[in-house]
Amino acid sequence: MMNTMVHVEVPAADRGPAADRAIKVVARGVNVHYGEKHALHDVDLDIPERAVTALIGPSGCGKSTFLRCLNRMNDTIPVARVTGRIEIDGHDIHDPELDVVQLRARVGMVFQKPNPFPKSVYENVAYGPRIHGLARTKGELDEIVVSSLRRAGLYEEVKDRLADSGTGLSGGQQQRLCIARAIAVSPEVILMDEPCSALDPIATAKIEELMDELRENFTIIIVTHSMQQAARVSQRTAFFHLGSLVEEGPTETIFTTPKDRRTLDYITGRFG
Amino acid sequence: MTEHIIKAFDADLQELARMVAEMGGIAEKQIADSVAALARRDSKLAQGVMTADAGLDRLQREIEERAILTIARRQPMAVDLREIVGALRVSNDLERVGDLAKNIAKRVVALGSDLYPHNKVIRGVEHMADLVLAQLKRVLDAYARRDVAKALAVWRGDEAIDAVNNSLFRELLTYMMEDPRNITFCTHLLFCAKNIERMGDHATNIAETVHYIVEGHPLVDERPKGDTTASATVAFPGQ
Repeated sequence: MMNTMVHVEVPAADRGPAADRAIKVVARGVNVHYGEKHALHDVDLDIPERAVTALIGPSGCGKSTFLRCLNRMNDTIPVARVTGRIEIDGHDIHDPELDVVQLRARVGMVFQKPNPFPKSVYENVAYGPRIHGLARTKGELDEIVVSSLRRAGLYEEVKDRLADSGTGLSGGQQQRLCIARAIAVSPEVILMDEPCSALDPIATAKIEELMDELRENFTIIIVTHSMQQAARVSQRTAFFHLGSLVEEGPTETIFTTPKDRRTLDYITGRFG
Repeated sequence: MTEHIIKAFDADLQELARMVAEMGGIAEKQIADSVAALARRDSKLAQGVMTADAGLDRLQREIEERAILTIARRQPMAVDLREIVGALRVSNDLERVGDLAKNIAKRVVALGSDLYPHNKVIRGVEHMADLVLAQLKRVLDAYARRDVAKALAVWRGDEAIDAVNNSLFRELLTYMMEDPRNITFCTHLLFCAKNIERMGDHATNIAETVHYIVEGHPLVDERPKGDTTASATVAFPGQ
């Protein structure tokens, strides 16, 4: 795979820990319409590799819509129309030559509600590598399943019940199973759409700890309603409002000295 | 600033600011009373200053408790967090100002009602205290209004106090050399002057806090400093 790295100039004052990283995902002039509704307006955003980027904003601000553009999930909605350019490693994801199934293997997704397949823990993780032909032997497949469960911080808890149903796990375990399933196909980007909103604080802390480990190898983009979560887990934060990207920058800047008044009002709980 | 969606959060922040303002009022009175006690050799007034210091200490503890509770409860971000950290810092400075006033009061009691040999230096100390009181009033006003320009004016204005302190220092050394019987009185007065000079430094600390609350980053410039007493010497006449 080609790795075209795009470097952008960041003003010295905006330089956070993730600022020197190569840019993995580039969005330019992205607009989304759902039928008559103009859901996303001209979004330009650079997302650095191997860092967590948080998308925040009130309900209906377009953050999930934008997230779903990145692996072309909006293609599955008949009335949705996406325009503009989105590149991953310099390659246009709307290229007609590109296989959207391959794209979704490179750009994995974890949803708000844990949605394991009604199959065994093992099969949940093995499914992706098998259909993508990532393992030639049973031994190789076993190895992928175990290492994915390990990286998702779940292996120790489920190693004795790999044959049990995935839906029998606790909510937090199910979500980590979904993360294991996503990373089993070796994606480069992982999209998370409110991955902790259905979890208790302990399960949430485990997922956050996991994100901190996973960002060494993956580019993670998370949509979250919890500002504290965005502040805890991300290196960069983008604030959306009424379908527009209002402000984007290092997380520490967005949560201490945002430039836009709307961002300040939102993060301090002053939004009417 | 518009109000928070959660009204009780606004109430928490307002109450913190009110408590800091109350501390400010008490601290101003403590400075004025301690210096008046010094000038008038009023041991009774000095005792009052020593007793009243407990009120400042109590308010500071209450501010600390309320600040911690507000952080735990509201998880404040950005300017809200800085407001709370600012209240903690300002209340610390005001508590220290109170301690310094109390220390002056103790010295007034120690000196008793003996006639002071040099009323002129007392007037110098009073003048310095007036300057510091004006600085403290201005900076507390800047804090109440979140007025960075006014805070910066206070921050830069500390030099004048240092200049008075330097000349007082030399004057007192000279009196001590003239007559060893002046030493007890002059040494106490030297510490009083130093205390007042330190109060001025606390006023500039508060100015820095106002800047931090509003701007979100600390003042990085080096403050103009004029205290040269650390290297001051006075030679014996004829040497």
